[in-house]
Amino acid sequence: MLTVSSLTPTQLRARLRGPGLDFQTGPFVNRLHSNIPHLADGLAVLYGEYPLREPGGFANFHLDLSQPGGLRRWWRPQVRFEQDGQHPFKPLPVAQAQPFCEWMMNWCVSNRAHGYLIIHAAVIEKNGRAIILPAPPGSGKSTLCAALVCRGWRLLSDELALVRHDEGMLVPLPRPVSLKNRSIDVIRAFAPDAVFGAIVDGTMKGTVGLMRAPADSIRRAGEVATPHAIVFPQWEADAPAMLEPISRGQMFMRVADNSFNYTLIGARGFETLAALAERSAGYTFRYSKLEQAMAVFDTLVGDSP
Amino acid sequence: MNMAASLPLLVRVLRSPDVVRDLSLDQWDLLLRQAGTANLLVSLLYLLDDAGLVDTVPAAPRVHLEWARLAAANHARGVRYEVARIRAALSRLDVPLILLKGGAYAMAGLDAGRGRLFSDIDILVPKPRLDEVEAALMLHGWASTHHDPYDQRYYRQWMHEIPPMIHVRRGNAIDVHHAILPETASERPDPALLRAAAVPIAQCPGLSMLAPHDMFLHSAVHLFSGGEFDHGLRDLLDLHRLALQFGADPGFWPGLAPRAQVLQLSRPLYYALRYLQQIMGTPVPSEVMDAARAGGPGPALRSVMDVLFQRALQPHHPSCADHLGAAADFALYVRGNWLRMPPFLLVRHLSYKAFVSPLNGAKAGQA
Repeated sequence: MLTVSSLTPTQLRARLRGPGLDFQTGPFVNRLHSNIPHLADGLAVLYGEYPLREPGGFANFHLDLSQPGGLRRWWRPQVRFEQDGQHPFKPLPVAQAQPFCEWMMNWCVSNRAHGYLIIHAAVIEKNGRAIILPAPPGSGKSTLCAALVCRGWRLLSDELALVRHDEGMLVPLPRPVSLKNRSIDVIRAFAPDAVFGAIVDGTMKGTVGLMRAPADSIRRAGEVATPHAIVFPQWEADAPAMLEPISRGQMFMRVADNSFNYTLIGARGFETLAALAERSAGYTFRYSKLEQAMAVFDTLVGDSP
Repeated sequence: MNMAASLPLLVRVLRSPDVVRDLSLDQWDLLLRQAGTANLLVSLLYLLDDAGLVDTVPAAPRVHLEWARLAAANHARGVRYEVARIRAALSRLDVPLILLKGGAYAMAGLDAGRGRLFSDIDILVPKPRLDEVEAALMLHGWASTHHDPYDQRYYRQWMHEIPPMIHVRRGNAIDVHHAILPETASERPDPALLRAAAVPIAQCPGLSMLAPHDMFLHSAVHLFSGGEFDHGLRDLLDLHRLALQFGADPGFWPGLAPRAQVLQLSRPLYYALRYLQQIMGTPVPSEVMDAARAGGPGPALRSVMDVLFQRALQPHHPSCADHLGAAADFALYVRGNWLRMPPFLLVRHLSYKAFVSPLNGAKAGQA
């Protein structure tokens, strides 16, 4: 299968400026337009291993992240998001094009893909058992997720857990892991081989660094995973790693709180979430040291079946 | 010239859904994007359902349409719930409650309500009862917006509605009207006539909607005397569906132009019928068109309006835009305001909005 890396830098830019770059992330085809050279370079680093589609045909999501012409080209240049002639968000400084692109790709999914129950959560898998990490920003979810995938866990998603309605399986949407502020150096120290896109300062979430998803996770994006546990992480200075079970009712309510479309999809969302809570063990997890956390998560999924 | 062939893909499909049988995936991609921009994705889905065509849709676009089906079900639930809350809030007042536009189409189960997405519930109540209605809504959690004294005056003195109210917990908006055109407009359909002809909504005791002629004319005046055309095609599709559904009753077409005259709405009726015929291919009987022509503009103005409306009523998607699209929208925005109030008031209103409101906004921001 052709991947984005089969395009030379010139070809990649030509696609982005011309018919659009059609590439697949999980179950979705994105068609991306951009005239921003550093965004093209960043995509080459972060999205090289993703399936490339020929231009044309049907795309799930259309995104245009371009720098407008006129005065703005020289004076505080900006990147603007456009979708089908609409501009649902305010422009950002052009240096933030890469994280902006990630946020918009997430927004497209969480705003439309109601064929899944969508939870704001990271999902990783080992030994055929997937763990969902739902959490608000600041809980250390992405740091934990990045560390686990650097130690061989499969990445399903750093941001959006997709639960199929019929049999409750988790659908992978492996994309770069978005690390913020101090977490970037923590992961660089923990996994020196991890590949990052450009580090961008001054975004609304502070400094953002996108860590490339493991090639193996991207290759296996078509393999759904069985939910095994739902863990609510909380990073806390000097806390020893501690996993504490929570009741199914509590787990249900906390997952519902972290879902993008639980109320929108109505009774079906309730059934899907109830089935998910039924088959998953629920825990809260406090930690401060990643090494300790790795050991706890390995125990959680046990040995290879 | 074959008019249909030059229309945007979405419009061609709305006119004759069979067109979808021959679409390539490229065209499906375009169709769904045009429909999304026009807020007609769900309407498109239900159209394909009704025509028995939904199973011919290729897998990838079908997935998208099914996502939209789930969002539409949520919208329909939300509308029913919101209307029930409004009824409960006003139940003690014994005020005749008439639902307008989208809310009425949805609650009455009209074809025009199938898959139509909208954000506000609009109601019509007698002007002398406005204060009581507003107070009851406030008591049940709706809060008035537009706290600027100028805006308050704009609505309460000149407009046909009080400032929109938003429910503090649910965030849903209700527009309380006492008429269908501003007090300052030159045409003033008498709300008492509308209320007298209103009909109960069968499944909803205590709720009424405008009679078929009035509902059609209200939809026409809302579209053709308003200033915003982002949803122009959706509103034209409303008129198309109302015409098809009500037109099945033998009394509908003959009585339409006379009723428009009584309500001083002959001009918007003329425009509605003209562009329904041209764009949607709606079967308007020729004698009705002839009767409406008396209320239409002269040939010079008509050519100008053709240029404007034929653009503004297309999907607002880049694939449908020509070099005049944005200019047409702007011209119609100005016209919409022009029709709302006499020139002196309009100049004052637009000056206030341009020069004073931003200052007030800046002050509020500093505070």
